[in-house]
Amino acid sequence: MNNPGERLTYLGLRLATYGVVLVIGYILADIIWHGIPALNWAFLSTPPQQSGGAGGILPAIVGTFYLVSGTLLVALPLGIGGALYLSEYATRNRLTMAIRLAISTLAGVPSIVFGLFGLGLFVIFCNFGASILAGALTLACMVLPTIIVACEEALLAVPQGLRSSSLALGATKWQTIRTNVLPYSLPGMLTGTILAIGRAAGETAPILLTAAAFFLPRLPGSIFDQVMALPYHLYILATQHPEAEKVRPMQYATALVLLLLVLGITMGATILRSKFRKKYRW
Amino acid sequence: MAQRQWQEKAIHLTLVAMATTSLLVVALIFLFLGKEAIPFLQEPGIARLLDRQWMPVSFQLEHFGLLPLLSGSLVVTLTATLITVPFSVMAAIYIAEIARPLEREFLKPFIELLASIPSVVLGFFGLVVLAPLVKGLFGLPSGLNGLTGGLLLALMAIPTVISISEDAIMSVPRHLKQASLALGASELQTILKVTVPAALPGIIAAIMLGMGRIVGETMVVMMVTGNAALVTLNPFQSVRTMTATIAAEMGEVSFGSVHYSALFCVGVVLMLVTFVLNLGAQRVLKRYGMMS
Repeated sequence: MNNPGERLTYLGLRLATYGVVLVIGYILADIIWHGIPALNWAFLSTPPQQSGGAGGILPAIVGTFYLVSGTLLVALPLGIGGALYLSEYATRNRLTMAIRLAISTLAGVPSIVFGLFGLGLFVIFCNFGASILAGALTLACMVLPTIIVACEEALLAVPQGLRSSSLALGATKWQTIRTNVLPYSLPGMLTGTILAIGRAAGETAPILLTAAAFFLPRLPGSIFDQVMALPYHLYILATQHPEAEKVRPMQYATALVLLLLVLGITMGATILRSKFRKKYRW
Repeated sequence: MAQRQWQEKAIHLTLVAMATTSLLVVALIFLFLGKEAIPFLQEPGIARLLDRQWMPVSFQLEHFGLLPLLSGSLVVTLTATLITVPFSVMAAIYIAEIARPLEREFLKPFIELLASIPSVVLGFFGLVVLAPLVKGLFGLPSGLNGLTGGLLLALMAIPTVISISEDAIMSVPRHLKQASLALGASELQTILKVTVPAALPGIIAAIMLGMGRIVGETMVVMMVTGNAALVTLNPFQSVRTMTATIAAEMGEVSFGSVHYSALFCVGVVLMLVTFVLNLGAQRVLKRYGMMS
């Protein structure tokens, strides 16, 4: 049944798949292995010294936290609102088609172009300067399409019967959505959003031009301040530091913190999502 | 009653406004890229973009030729695509058709993990581990070149291409496979001659979407390609991509200068390239009913 040629092809397919798996495993192992020795509480809780060559990464962690929170604050309501319109209200008309085209276009825009856009609109035109506000708004524009798609999926998963029965009992459209659609789709929307936000936390190119500071050993005081951010800090340490070889342990530790943060957010959201999916099985 | 109707209307309008934000953002992107790029087309003129050199800071005449940047982006994109396609397609076939259910449960999330590794971390890994490896393996003076960039970019594109190709393979109707098996074809013959050809439009779209991601990626290429603006198609040479040029130089220009405006011109070209790739991919997916 299985001649040698076939067996060889199967082997090739399996090798290609596990080759990819092996490379991913190697990258993770390399970062973890070299990152752990330099990782300690002082590293996480003190500001950097000597342009990042010594000390810790506290301002970068705080900066990334502010940027991500700001992004969430702007993008979550817009994403949920947009998805509600598209899945509950929209009819097949020109506006809907244009919105759908816009969403798929946005999803394909390179992150550095978002950086240019944020620089032109928020930093210069709106005169926010390079700041948390400008960075968070730029990141929000970037993650918006992903969030809308995730929220729409969650809304579509709610069975039509729940809507029909509510409407049949005389509830208005919004009452129906509020009582019979939102409660069941909210967990899905939230986890989908968290997944998108995890990606935003690791992005460098958009904040490079709109928010990130080279070296700033104090914590930001207002949303109009520049901030350090983990991804940008790693980039600077790895490429701009005069003694890049010597500060390698710091680079690895920063990479590990960033990796753990992003993977932690992503995995947490994925686990939560599968839990909710099991809870609401129609 | 009237109040309730009024409330319904207000909510409807609010939601329309929120949904229109995406439209607004796209319009603003085109508007602001154009607004900052147009001064270059007026003052030094569009002909200056056709120069063969990119040398924006110079004591004599500055050069703003896009050719080296386009060739740089082309080199890394082609290299990355050549690596991405065989691995992704083979892995997608394996995961969709051959792997046991338990194996699938492990492989899918593990490969998706790769998509969530921040690009700057991949770039760092490339700089510290991969570049010395490439340098030693090929006996090059430096490991910072198009090949190293292409290898890392392939890693970024692989999860996207695998997951969309896999969807396409899974969506091939079962009766096609069953008919093939019933006629006596082996499982492998069915996969290679029936299932994969039927899923081909989806696989092609997946590759185009992956290429869109590769062209637009910034941090990885800025860190590992060496950033020399040469006109070359040789992946063993240092190259400078469009994305890396914008990211590296924008921090040092003064607002409104010719150089500033030239970088926005690069942004416009980049935007158009990715726009065409994504639109093409969506057309293919829609035409063959593979839109998820």
